[in-house]
Amino acid sequence: MDLELDIAFIMIAPVLGGALLSAALLIWWERRLLGFWQDRLGPNRVGPFGLLQIVADVVKLFTKHDWVPPFSDRVVFTLAPTAIAAGMLMGFAVVPFGPGLAVSDMNIGVLFFLAMTSIAVYGVLLGGLASNNKYSLLGGLRSGAQMVTYEVFMGLSIMGVVLLTGSFNLSEIVRAQEDVWFVFPQVLGFIVFLIAGLAETHRLPFDLPEAEHELAAGFHTEYSSMKFGLIMVGEYLGVILTSAMVVTLFFGGWLGPGFLPPIIWFSLKTAFFVCGFILLRAAIPRPRYDQLMSLGWKILLPITLVNLLATGAIALLRAGA
Amino acid sequence: MSLEIVLFYLAAAVALAATGLTVTRTNASHALIYLIISLLAVAVIFYLLGAPFAAALEVVIYAGAIMVFFLFVVMMLNLGRDAAAQERRWLLPRMWIGPGVLTGVLLLEMIYLIAGSPAMSSGTPVSPKAVGIELFGPYLLAVELAAILLLAALVGALHLGRRYMRARREEIA
Repeated sequence: MDLELDIAFIMIAPVLGGALLSAALLIWWERRLLGFWQDRLGPNRVGPFGLLQIVADVVKLFTKHDWVPPFSDRVVFTLAPTAIAAGMLMGFAVVPFGPGLAVSDMNIGVLFFLAMTSIAVYGVLLGGLASNNKYSLLGGLRSGAQMVTYEVFMGLSIMGVVLLTGSFNLSEIVRAQEDVWFVFPQVLGFIVFLIAGLAETHRLPFDLPEAEHELAAGFHTEYSSMKFGLIMVGEYLGVILTSAMVVTLFFGGWLGPGFLPPIIWFSLKTAFFVCGFILLRAAIPRPRYDQLMSLGWKILLPITLVNLLATGAIALLRAGA
Repeated sequence: MSLEIVLFYLAAAVALAATGLTVTRTNASHALIYLIISLLAVAVIFYLLGAPFAAALEVVIYAGAIMVFFLFVVMMLNLGRDAAAQERRWLLPRMWIGPGVLTGVLLLEMIYLIAGSPAMSSGTPVSPKAVGIELFGPYLLAVELAAILLLAALVGALHLGRRYMRARREEIA
């Protein structure tokens, strides 16, 4: 027990640091990749390959005027961005980066991840409400409905994996994929989880809470300086966390041929899905809000239910045989 | 005192303070935030008592879904300073007497019960699997009844929504 606690305490700093550093790197990486796919250069001036662009951006954000609107609900307005970043950072606690390499290897890991992403919803909702601005309120309302809706499918799409493993523990889920990655038996679950993850992190094409062509900047219209920075970092943390969960649940986590250590395999796979997220942003236009909702309830919900039914039947047959 | 007991009393204190603040806030959204904090504190207590599954569900279902809908309603109602002032007028000192006496009785009962039995928790963690087997074994009837209730609510909501949408369509046409 004490040894486990020690490992947990040693893991906390590198996991938090690594997550925040990759989130910061992602700000540069996303712009470079988008530039590449849109046939332009992207930020390439500051430092080698434009890598120091992050530093420039951070300095810029820190020196901007940190404005709290006088008509806003000051305390809630200030606290809302922290809920986004803190919720996503807490989610990293259960991600198994390698065998035994997790801050907490708790037996309800999957549920803990779902719980922390639902805490992050409050940041968006409260930010929109506390701004006391019509656009922010509309953005907050949209995000509330969107995230609660897609949380349902996210949870249901994971249940197939949980059924096949027989555990909520993420390390055990990875170990159960030694023969075959769950993406093959659970292809429907994977597709739904990917779409739901995209909607949960409110990334393009599902960034309707901030849809800039109709809502100014949506829920974070009134945010400036480092508060805005925290919201952006929270968003990128969400992208990394969702990619890490896709890898853990459907693509064998740290498993891979032996010539690379497990943690490198995990990072490579996660990086692949992060790039996938960015490519989706570059490739797909934003749907209308009612289209997003009917996609969820009329297509994704039946798919997940059929998937769950079939998986349950197969698991029952196997247990009987 | 062991670490767990310290954590328990800390979480319990947070839960009590947050619940008290929930009742006394006149701004509806602030009250809701305190209610969410209170639910999170209760989830920590569940975890410490050896029920991680109940703790997770407390956060996912209550804090993560139901409270979002509460907040949703608050956002739709457009409550401003006037609403807070009205709340303040309603929350008179004499309003506290009735509920105070009733909860006082419950408090005395609880103190008596706690004083009688020192061990509140069984001390053994309950796994999600055990909860599932119990739910779909001895408590199957309760699960089915809850499902029927939810289905009825869903059908009712659909019915009301449809009537509203039909009226709107006729209005437009």
